[in-house]
Amino acid sequence: MITLIQGVLLTLLAAVTIAIVRQRNLFGVVILAGIYSFLMASVMMVLDAVDVALTEASVGAGISTVVLLATLFLTGSREYPPVHTALLPLFVAGVTGAALIWGTNQLPPFGTQDAPMHKHVAPDYISASAEHRMPPNVVTAVLGDFRGYDTLGETVVIFTGGIGVMLLLRGRRKRLKDDEREETAA
Amino acid sequence: MKLDLILRVGAKLLLPFMLIFALYVHFHGDYGPGGGFQAGVILAAAIILYAIIFGIDAARRIVPQTLVERMIPLGVMIFAAAGLPAMLMGRGRYLDYSVYGSDFLHAHEWGILLVETGVIVTVSSTMLAIFYAFADRGRR
Repeated sequence: MITLIQGVLLTLLAAVTIAIVRQRNLFGVVILAGIYSFLMASVMMVLDAVDVALTEASVGAGISTVVLLATLFLTGSREYPPVHTALLPLFVAGVTGAALIWGTNQLPPFGTQDAPMHKHVAPDYISASAEHRMPPNVVTAVLGDFRGYDTLGETVVIFTGGIGVMLLLRGRRKRLKDDEREETAA
Repeated sequence: MKLDLILRVGAKLLLPFMLIFALYVHFHGDYGPGGGFQAGVILAAAIILYAIIFGIDAARRIVPQTLVERMIPLGVMIFAAAGLPAMLMGRGRYLDYSVYGSDFLHAHEWGILLVETGVIVTVSSTMLAIFYAFADRGRR
């Protein structure tokens, strides 16, 4: 059953990707990207990664779509036809994709318990949170407690990003106003 | 958008549930999926929905730009300050939650909640600040 759902979702993902590549209307591209994010969130749901699914649905499909639509409002929603052939990008994408598929040969099979990433620190976190009868969502315990320093770093990254966007977009606006003032003074 | 009656009524119906859902995701993050980050994004999405339907000026009356600009560093400071009591009282290292209660579970739940509160404040205000910055440029 899960294989069937996965197959349907991954087929839809591929279809949406092809539609995004072929679409020239950027409004359509933004909406399709939102659909892609929702499909991705569904894939994460099927993989039992509900925290990632929630983040993907709210950030990928929600906030990103709104910010991209706000950008389209500034730039116009028609993509210009490409000025050079698609051969080089196609070659680069093909080589990268082939390298990634070749790399999956070295990965342990999906869902095996003795994969290296399940042997590192994850067993300690799970046994520690079970030992102290911590709340059932181990993801929150890992983010907020076991790896609190990392989450502090992440919060600082978000802070830096927000300040950066505000400086870039608002600073320019103010300078333009000064130019206008100089023009009226001259 | 004075004439879009369905949009306006629909948004007004949706908004309280969005805000409650954001709080649910925040406070229930220990037991269900979610936490400060997701809750912050949902909180910002509710305000952005309000701004899209009722205009950005109406949204700014509820959540002013100055408040948003102060909330971004405030969240980081709440997070960073949550680690200090353990150091100051000499009972542990930075971000050690054992000072927040007598038994392990209680102390760590309080610690996680404090830290997540810092995250929700920074994330929600950052998302709103980015939206405000984009929406402002469209009006020049």
